[in-house]
Amino acid sequence: MSFDFPAPLSTLPPGGVGRVVAIHGGRGPSLRLRRLGVRPGALVRVATVGRWGGPVLVEVDGCQVALGRGLAQHILVEPCGPSPGNGH
Amino acid sequence: MATDRWGAGKAGRSPPRVALVGQPNSGKSTLFNAIVGYRAVASNFPGTTVEALRGRANVGGRRVEVVDLPGTYSLLGGDLAERVTREFLLSGDVDAVIQVADASLLGRSLELTLELAELGIPMVVCLNMADEAEHKGIKIDRERLEGILGVPVVLTVATRGVGLRELSAALSQACPARPPSYPPEIEAALKNLEKLGISSRALALQLLLGAPLEGMAAELKEEVERIRRGLSVQGEDLALLLADHRNLLASRIFREAVKVERGRVGWRERLDDLLMHPLLAYPFLLLTLFLLFWLTFWIGGSLEGLLSPALAGLSEAVRAALGEGGWAQFLAGALDGLLAGIGIALPYLLPFYLLLALLEDSGYLPRIGFLLDGLMHRIGLHGKSVIPLLLGYGCSVPAVLATRILEDERDRYVTAALSVLIPCAARTVVIFGLVGRFLGPVAAFALYLGNILVVGLAGRVLRRFLPGLGAGLILEIPPYRVPTLRTLLGKTWLRLRDFLKIAGPLLIISSAFLELFRALGWEVWLNRLTLFLTWPLGLPPQAGVPLIFGVLRKELSLVLLTQAFGTTDLGSVLTTGQLLVFTVFVIFYIPCMATLGALWREMGLRRTVFVLLGTTGLALFLGLVSRLFATLAL
Repeated sequence: MSFDFPAPLSTLPPGGVGRVVAIHGGRGPSLRLRRLGVRPGALVRVATVGRWGGPVLVEVDGCQVALGRGLAQHILVEPCGPSPGNGH
Repeated sequence: MATDRWGAGKAGRSPPRVALVGQPNSGKSTLFNAIVGYRAVASNFPGTTVEALRGRANVGGRRVEVVDLPGTYSLLGGDLAERVTREFLLSGDVDAVIQVADASLLGRSLELTLELAELGIPMVVCLNMADEAEHKGIKIDRERLEGILGVPVVLTVATRGVGLRELSAALSQACPARPPSYPPEIEAALKNLEKLGISSRALALQLLLGAPLEGMAAELKEEVERIRRGLSVQGEDLALLLADHRNLLASRIFREAVKVERGRVGWRERLDDLLMHPLLAYPFLLLTLFLLFWLTFWIGGSLEGLLSPALAGLSEAVRAALGEGGWAQFLAGALDGLLAGIGIALPYLLPFYLLLALLEDSGYLPRIGFLLDGLMHRIGLHGKSVIPLLLGYGCSVPAVLATRILEDERDRYVTAALSVLIPCAARTVVIFGLVGRFLGPVAAFALYLGNILVVGLAGRVLRRFLPGLGAGLILEIPPYRVPTLRTLLGKTWLRLRDFLKIAGPLLIISSAFLELFRALGWEVWLNRLTLFLTWPLGLPPQAGVPLIFGVLRKELSLVLLTQAFGTTDLGSVLTTGQLLVFTVFVIFYIPCMATLGALWREMGLRRTVFVLLGTTGLALFLGLVSRLFATLAL
């Protein structure tokens, strides 16, 4: 059992799982994120990370959402370690 | 009638109106199409519908008007689709609501169900894509859900027409859903508002959340404001509190009515291991795009080869029958315009849109958006902009319209301005008819690559003038789906119909007037007027008329060039340099009339004028560069 400090979602490696702690940035994006299930308390899993500073593909609520890298830097998560399955 | 709980429509409206509400990608448009026939674009890409689409249908033996509202996650948000949906539902012009939800993502849809329940409008919950839910191991207890929500719940698979009969039967059983109960403080406030005569819960909630109180009696206004101030949380914070509350209720309902078992891991889950692989994804993407264009040209070329002799024969026969004279020429010109549209543009548009629909509905298109997001940032755009740009290879009009899928206004404008630079099917005809035919296919291919480079550079320049890229990509990546031939053909037909409707009349009218000008001997004057363009570009004055009329339809510039010189063997009258300069100029100068119309509608007059001047300046500059290149290298 490890305890980690909150870190930006963009720092999670592919396969990493985190619990959303806070979403910084404008109200518009944070409302839209909320509707897609990315809200404080939600469990997100990084499926893959795009090249050339590309987006982070996360799995949340059983579906996949691509989040721009800049946006992912504003989402703070508490890392929960890598997930055992492939998330499907 | 006992079975008819929602009557014949308010205020004697006939037929009664049924609204489809649901999240993007829930199969709402597919369901709409299945109910009313092919009159809406359905898509496996979020946000295709921003306007409400209407259609009539026979549901349960009764005529109803069905309205397909824009895809929305919530009724609270501020974006365009949500505003359109909210206003439509609050207007009282709706007799029943069908909530279309993705059964495999039910947890998220239930929040919207609870929001809809506040409206007090009779409703049915349609859990679409039931097959996908089963695949994922999601077992929904339909009757339990009906019991909790208090409305009929139907499972459907719209793409295969499964459950549609049950849906229409359920519609006559539609009734208002049980609204969620909020913390006591808010319930008390709602009760107080009800005492003031505001009986609709939805309206009362809007008032609590800070909806403007204009047009209200002064006394009532004061009361409402007093109730608002009495709450411990207000405004946006209250909105978030209510949203969280509904989220909590929704997850509770989900746990009550749904069992999630381990889903099957099939080819669709495995496919992303390859298609989204950090390294292998890109060669595959290139291969896909190459196949898209190669197949388009191959099928298009074959179709054109089949059609053109027949159409040419028809044109000659009609000309012979009409004889000489001004009117005869006018009519023959009109026919030629029509035939050009059918014979030149359509053979390429048909396969392109069909293949693009395949990419869209299979779910690969959003993945292209993901894969290219990082690259697109270099030209000041997000990955989502790839979709309008790609559509631009077919026709610029749908490309400009597709910029609606972008949330940020600045992103929309930059994407639209860049998408009109992409060679559409009509410009492809010019590229292959001139450069491809007389300079070789390699030169034509080089023009395409050069075009991408110019679009990239233009993007970088625009980024300097219009900084401030919108908030960042938020893009749902839907699961892969096997598209049905019916939806593919339906979607292709809709896009082709838009092309025919907008471009067809322009083609006919412009060709007719061209013949008239010719009969009146005005060509010389028009050619003189355009000397300021043709002279610096080193083109013969006769190229003026084709360039003027090329604004109406770009492929017209090729047709008219052959007519101006009286030969299809343009290589014998123009130098290779002139052919290259003409083609480059045609690719980049003023977008065609139909595109300008679309830009005006979407971006306003000022920005359209800016695009018009910018593209023409760019075309002149690149034309000069090509001339210089031709003198030095060719």
